[in-house]
Amino acid sequence: MLRTEELEINIGPQHPATHGVFRMIVKLDGEVVTSVEPKVGYLHRGMEKLAESRTYPQYIPYTDRIDYLAAISANISYVQAVEKLMGIEVPERAEYLRVIFYELQRLASHIGATGFNASDLGGLTPFLYCLRDREKILDLFEMTIGGRLTVNLPRIGGIIEPPEEFWPTLQKFLDEMPASIDEYNGIITGNEIFQARTKGVGILSKELAEALSITGPVLRASGVKWDVRKNDPYGIYDRFDFEVPTGETGDCFDRFVVRIKEMEQSLRIIQQAVKDIPEGPTFAKVAKVVKPPVGEVYHRIESVRGELAYYIVSDGTTKPYRLRIRGGTFINIQMLSRVVPGWKVADLIAILASLDIVLPECDR
Amino acid sequence: MPQFGSEIFLVIAHWIRGLLGGNTLAADVVMNIVKFLMIYIVLVLAVCVFVMMERKVCAWMQLRVGPNRLGPHGWMQIIGDMVKLMGKEDFRPDKVDKWPWALAPMFFLGISIMVFAVIPFGKNMVPVDLDLGIFYIIGLSALSTLPIVTAGWASNNKYSLLGGMRSVAQMISYEVPLVFSLLGVVMITQTFKTSAIVEAQQHVWFILLQPIGFVVYVISAMAEINRAPFDLIEAESEFGCGYFTEYSGLRFGLFYMAEYANLFIVAAVAATVFLGGWQGPFLPGWLWFAIKVLFVVFLIMWFRWTFPRFRVDHLMHFGWKVLLPLSLANIVITGIGIYIYQLIYPGIGG
Repeated sequence: MLRTEELEINIGPQHPATHGVFRMIVKLDGEVVTSVEPKVGYLHRGMEKLAESRTYPQYIPYTDRIDYLAAISANISYVQAVEKLMGIEVPERAEYLRVIFYELQRLASHIGATGFNASDLGGLTPFLYCLRDREKILDLFEMTIGGRLTVNLPRIGGIIEPPEEFWPTLQKFLDEMPASIDEYNGIITGNEIFQARTKGVGILSKELAEALSITGPVLRASGVKWDVRKNDPYGIYDRFDFEVPTGETGDCFDRFVVRIKEMEQSLRIIQQAVKDIPEGPTFAKVAKVVKPPVGEVYHRIESVRGELAYYIVSDGTTKPYRLRIRGGTFINIQMLSRVVPGWKVADLIAILASLDIVLPECDR
Repeated sequence: MPQFGSEIFLVIAHWIRGLLGGNTLAADVVMNIVKFLMIYIVLVLAVCVFVMMERKVCAWMQLRVGPNRLGPHGWMQIIGDMVKLMGKEDFRPDKVDKWPWALAPMFFLGISIMVFAVIPFGKNMVPVDLDLGIFYIIGLSALSTLPIVTAGWASNNKYSLLGGMRSVAQMISYEVPLVFSLLGVVMITQTFKTSAIVEAQQHVWFILLQPIGFVVYVISAMAEINRAPFDLIEAESEFGCGYFTEYSGLRFGLFYMAEYANLFIVAAVAATVFLGGWQGPFLPGWLWFAIKVLFVVFLIMWFRWTFPRFRVDHLMHFGWKVLLPLSLANIVITGIGIYIYQLIYPGIGG
């Protein structure tokens, strides 16, 4: 008896395009996707439970591993949460340094995301041009602290002072970066095939994005102007003059372009910070044994992929009673099962690439 | 000197025939075997060169160095790859359809080799000078879809099946503009014979008379041989390996070699039909042919490493709604051009 069936395939945990160990059970009707069921948890390492048996300073290297492509944002968010809990005032120079490193990390991650996005769609060459620029940033990190990917940079009460060679190298990088962004625009954004693959594909409407509490560039591409740095400023972000780029339609192309524009804004912020940074100490006076008072704190920042927030409950001892991490990726992945049905398999890959997911943040 | 260089292979062939006793049937049969061996040797050498060229060209475009360990500047990498492929375990997955699965790669390579019979490698150096040269090439390229769908189906694997189906859809769609782009040249020369087409380009190469034809031909040819930006079948980020997922070891090596053999064919046909074949000053004919083929191959590799991949429906749209009308328009213009030319210079052609 002749009949057509739906094909159920597994875009499995091991796959070149899923940006990590991520599994999707996809039902196909020919070439069209009828349902997507994301299955997460392959990278769960019990980060939140581990925190209960580590002291507060001991936990900082763990936070690197929450988002390995944007380690500093996870670090800084945690450190600022603990400082909020303890009521510590961080010196000015440390705040400015944090902003510089933070925006450098955002640049590095967005450069990587641009490259991965292009390479998932088949353009393997722009990926390597992006990596070349990312190497310059990673060299800056290595110069400061020795680590490239998982940096472990800030401390409770301050940040490590970068060496002398850091500043001229940073300036050279800032001068060269705009030319690289133009190159990316030429080879990827302006490419007809890329535009045909991403324009109008995977449209996430404003209402759905807000209903699912999606954050980060994905939300801004759908037209919602929400950036924690502007709407709920932390640190010294209210002193900087920068724009929040948004998209209009919420398709893959908008998500891609929002990241490129954010790169330009990050450059602006770093240039302002380098100009205004004062001299002074980089560490506040913090007791050797970190014992925050009994209480709880919820601190959120605009991480590279969305809102990254820490909820810390302290019971007065050196180890937290409960540490909860709200990662942007875990919540952003929800949109897959709602947006992808109706598109083709190749679009599934395009949409997944435009989300810029990082599995550790999703699974912790 | 150029005369000697061009004639050298013919002189050797004539000498071998002399050894075999002149124009007897036995001599003919042995000569054909010798020709086949020559084609095979040229093909294997060319595939080695192209594989290395691909990796080095790709690397230089991506600001990398490419393979540089085996041999001077990495030129022995292909030998390392082949030895590795030969050393792999030759397993057959349990539930595959035994004979079609095993024969598919051999047929794929076999069909590719068959096309070489009508390519003019130099002056008077066509292995078999068929009157139906171009027609034969087109027929065989249409036939090459069959081993792919066989491999996809016989592999008993959802991914392979999807890959095979997509591949057949793509190849059939781009056959039509390919044929029409060659048709323009056939209309001008009024012959299918490849050696005659090369002779007709003595004064002006057909790329200047048929620029649209050349562009349509190169794009369709890239789609025919499943190369990026049309390589959605092998899209590494999407479905593993497409129709050759279930092959390993030397069976995969056969598919791999067949892919580059197809690249050689496409470039050889482009060089013959549009770029003047073996004609050129000073250097021997077969050397000019090699240079032109290498140029077209470089062009195709350049496209692969610059553009992202097409989605399958964009591909169909592009083939049927853009390339086909373009190639039809080309034929109309060519026809009008020929008519006007015959009015101005009566007695030419006809």
